[in-house]
Amino acid sequence: MLLFALRRLLVSIPLLIGITFISYLVISLAPGGPLDFLTPEDPNASPEVKERLIREFGLDQPIPVQYWRWLQRVVRLDFGRTFLPDGKPVLTKIGERLPITLFLNIVELLVILGLAVPIGVLSATRQYSLYDKITTIFVFVGFATPDFWLALLLMFLFGVQLGWLPISGLRSLNWEYLSFWRQQGDFIAHLILPIGVATFGGLAGFSRYMRQSMLEVIRQDYIQTARAKGLSEQTVVGKHALRNALLPVVTVLGLSLPGLIGGSVIIESIFAIPGMGQLMVQSVFARDYPVVMGNLVIVASLTLVANIVADLAYGLVDPRIRLGGRRRR
Amino acid sequence: MHRRARAAARLALAGACALLAACGRDVEGKDEIAPGSDAPAYGDTFIQASIGDISGLIPSLTADASSAEVGSLIYDGLVRYDKDLNLAPALAESWNFSEDCRELTFKLRRDVKWQDGEPFTAADVLFTYRTMIDPRTPAPFKEAYLLIKDVEAPDPYTVRVRYKEPYARAVDAWDDYMLPRHLLERYAAEGKLRESPQNAHPIGTGPYRFQEWRTGEKVVLVANPDYYAGRPYISRVVYRVIPSQATVFLELKARGVDFVRTLTAFQYTRQTDYPAFRKAYNKFRYPSAYYTFLGFNLKDPRFADRRVRRAFAHAINKRELIEGVVLGLAREAFGPIRPGTWAYTEDVPRYDYDPAKARALLAEAGWKDRSGDGIVEDKDGKPFAFTLLTNQGNDERRKLAEIIQQRLRDVGVKVDIQVIEWAAFIKEYVRPRRFDAVILGLGTGVDPDQYAVWHSSQTGPDQMNRTGYSNPEVDRLLEIGRASCNRQERVKYYHRIQEILAEDLPMLFLYFKDELPVVSSRFHGIKVAPAGIMYNFTEWYVPRRLQRYTAG
Repeated sequence: MLLFALRRLLVSIPLLIGITFISYLVISLAPGGPLDFLTPEDPNASPEVKERLIREFGLDQPIPVQYWRWLQRVVRLDFGRTFLPDGKPVLTKIGERLPITLFLNIVELLVILGLAVPIGVLSATRQYSLYDKITTIFVFVGFATPDFWLALLLMFLFGVQLGWLPISGLRSLNWEYLSFWRQQGDFIAHLILPIGVATFGGLAGFSRYMRQSMLEVIRQDYIQTARAKGLSEQTVVGKHALRNALLPVVTVLGLSLPGLIGGSVIIESIFAIPGMGQLMVQSVFARDYPVVMGNLVIVASLTLVANIVADLAYGLVDPRIRLGGRRRR
Repeated sequence: MHRRARAAARLALAGACALLAACGRDVEGKDEIAPGSDAPAYGDTFIQASIGDISGLIPSLTADASSAEVGSLIYDGLVRYDKDLNLAPALAESWNFSEDCRELTFKLRRDVKWQDGEPFTAADVLFTYRTMIDPRTPAPFKEAYLLIKDVEAPDPYTVRVRYKEPYARAVDAWDDYMLPRHLLERYAAEGKLRESPQNAHPIGTGPYRFQEWRTGEKVVLVANPDYYAGRPYISRVVYRVIPSQATVFLELKARGVDFVRTLTAFQYTRQTDYPAFRKAYNKFRYPSAYYTFLGFNLKDPRFADRRVRRAFAHAINKRELIEGVVLGLAREAFGPIRPGTWAYTEDVPRYDYDPAKARALLAEAGWKDRSGDGIVEDKDGKPFAFTLLTNQGNDERRKLAEIIQQRLRDVGVKVDIQVIEWAAFIKEYVRPRRFDAVILGLGTGVDPDQYAVWHSSQTGPDQMNRTGYSNPEVDRLLEIGRASCNRQERVKYYHRIQEILAEDLPMLFLYFKDELPVVSSRFHGIKVAPAGIMYNFTEWYVPRRLQRYTAG
C-alpha cells in the first residue's frame, strides 16, 4: 500500500513538470502579452515603458528559457509577483480568493451528496415508481437549466420581490458592526442563493450515479441472501447494498476533488463573489502569467494528489482490491 | 396540531427576517419620510456599483477606469476641470504661461496637507515629475511629462516648468495626481513603486481617505475632514465590485446600490420607467467623451479612393444606427472632437443618407454591378467584398456591424462580419493594421489636440493612427496647433482640421453615446453639466431626514 503511494508520488513529479511546461507554452502562444495593459488603446499612452518592463521581466527571452527561470523560482516556492499594477505576490492573490472558493465548493459538494444519495437510493429501490419518475425529471431539469438564468430569476424573486435574501456579495456593508451571530447569519444568507443554484444543477450527476450503482447492487446474489437471512429491508438496503453502491460514487468524488479549487466564473460574476474562477479568467484575459501559472501548479498538484488519494481510498473501501493484490503473490 | 405548526413557521420566518434584516427591500416598498428640512447635512454613505475591481491604489500606474475613479477621490492634481470643462485651480491656485509658451509657472495653495498631516509643497510636484519620467516607473501615460525640459521649485509654493517645445496642452497635463514624496521617495529610488505600502494604503491630498480594499469585493473611503476645499458632506463612499450588469440592475431595484455610472440604453428607456423607481432614483443624461467609428484601412486600394469612403457615408443612415442600437441616446458625430468643448464645430461637410448617391459615387470609382447579382464589381470583375472586424463582448458594436452590413448590401457591397476576442483583436489585427475595416471607439480629451491619432508619423504598431491617414495640411495644422497657447489661433486650426477630416473621411464618425447615470434620489446637489455630474461630488449631500446609512 505504502509502496504504491510512494511510487505514484514519484511519478507525479515529472508529470507536474510536463503539465506546467505545456501550459506555459500554450499561454505564451496566445496573442497579446502580459504588459498590454500598459499600452491601452489611448492616444496618451507611451510604449517605451512597456519595452523596458518586457526586458526586466525577461519576457523577450525564448519561451523555454522563460519557463526554466520560472521553474527555478517555483521549486523554492517563490511564485513571483503579478504583472498587474497592484504588484501583489501571486500567493497572496490566490490566498485572498481560495478560502471562499474552497468553502463554497465543499459546502456545495456536501449538500449535493446529502441530497443525491437519498434521492438515488430511493429512486433505485422504487424503480419506475411515480417518485422515481418525478425525481428523474426534476434532476434533469436542474441539469438542463442554465445556471445564470436561474440565478437571475431567483435573485429577482427572493431579493427584489420578496426581499428575503441579499442579492449579491458575501457580506452586508454593515457586517463589521453586527454582533457575532448576526454576522454568521448574514454570511449564510448571502450564500443560500449561490449554493442553491449550483446544487440544483449538480444534483443530476451524482443522483444518477447513485441510482445506477444501487440498481446494479440490488440485483446481486448477496442481497438476496441477506433478505433470505431475514434481515429487515432497511438493513439490507441501508447497510449492505449502500456500502457497495457507494464505491463508484467514491471514485467520482475523488475525481471531483481538484474541481474544488476552481470556481464557476458565471456564478461568481453574477453573485459578485470574489473567487478563484474570476481570478483565473481575468488573469488569462490579462495574460498575467505568474498568477495563471501559480494557479495551474496548485490545480495540477491537487489533481495528481487527488487521483492518488482516490485510488488509495478505493483500495481501503473495497477489500477485494486490497486483498486481491496479496493473493496474487 | 396544524395551528401550532403554522405559528411555529411564522415565528421561524419572522426570526429569519430579523436575522436577515432585509425584508421588503424592493424599491417598491414604502419609504418612511420623517418631516424635516432639506438643508445640507453631513453623513450617510454613497454606494457605487463598479463592474471591475480596481487594479491598484497608485492611479498613475493603472490604465483602467475603476482605479482612476477611486483615485480621483483620494488624490488631487494641480488643476482640474470644472463643470463646463474649463481648467480650474485645484492644488495650484493660479498659473501663467510665458509669451513663448515654453514656461509655465504654478503658484500652489499653502493650506493643503497630505492625509497623514504632512504639508503639500512644491517638493512633491518635483518628486512626482521625476518619478513619472523615471524609466523604471511602469506608468502607461507618460507622454506629457516626457515633453518637459525641466521642473524647478524656486520656493516651496512655486513650481516652474520648462518645455522643450511650446506645448499647448501643458496645463491640461497637470490634472495628473500628485504623489507624496515623503512616503514614496525611497521606493521610487529603487524602482519598486508597486510594492510600496502606498499601493495598499494610499495617502493623498483628496477629499476622501482610504479605509479598506477587500479585493474583488469593495473599496471603502471615508471623508477627509481636513480637505482644503472643506469637508465633503457624504461621510463614506463604498465601491461594490459587481461584475454582472444584470446583477447591478437588480441591486439597483433592491436599493443595494446608490449609483450606477451608466445604464444601458434599454434599461434607461424601458426598464426604469415605473413610478416607484422614478421616486427612488434620478436619472441623468449627458454626452460622453467617447465616439464610435467605422475605420478604414487606407492602405487598401479600395478604401484609398475617397469616393468609396464617401459612398459608404451616404449608404449608412446614422440616425437609424442611433435609434436602433442605442435607442436614440447618442448624438451624431461629425468629427473626432468632443461636442461641448471650445474647439468643436459642426460646420463641416455632411453626408446624408442617400443610397442612390452612394451607388453613383461607387460607379464613379469604377464599381458597377456588371454581373447583375446585386454586388458591384470593378473593371476586372472582382466583387467588392470585405471583412468588417470588431471585438467580442460588445453588443453595441456587433449590432452596428450588422446594420452597416445590411445597408452596404443595399448599395452592392458585400460585408462579412468577424468578432474577435479583445487582446487578439488588438494585437493581431488592429496594431499590425491587418484589417479591411473595423468598428471601434475612441475617447477624446478636453483639449482638441489629437496629434497622436491623425498625424502621418503616428503609424507605428503601438501608435494610434490606425487608419494610416496622411494629409500634409492636417499634419501642419496639428503641429502648429499643439505648439500654440493662444486659444483664438488654435480654434481656427482645429476648425479647419475638422473640416478636412470630414472631407477626407479616413473613418466614418458614427456617434457620441450618452452617459446614463442613475443616482438615488436622496442625494441632493446634483447638477448636470457638460462635464457630467460627478464634478461637484464633494458638494452632494443627503438631508438628515433622508439619510439611510448612519452606522460609522
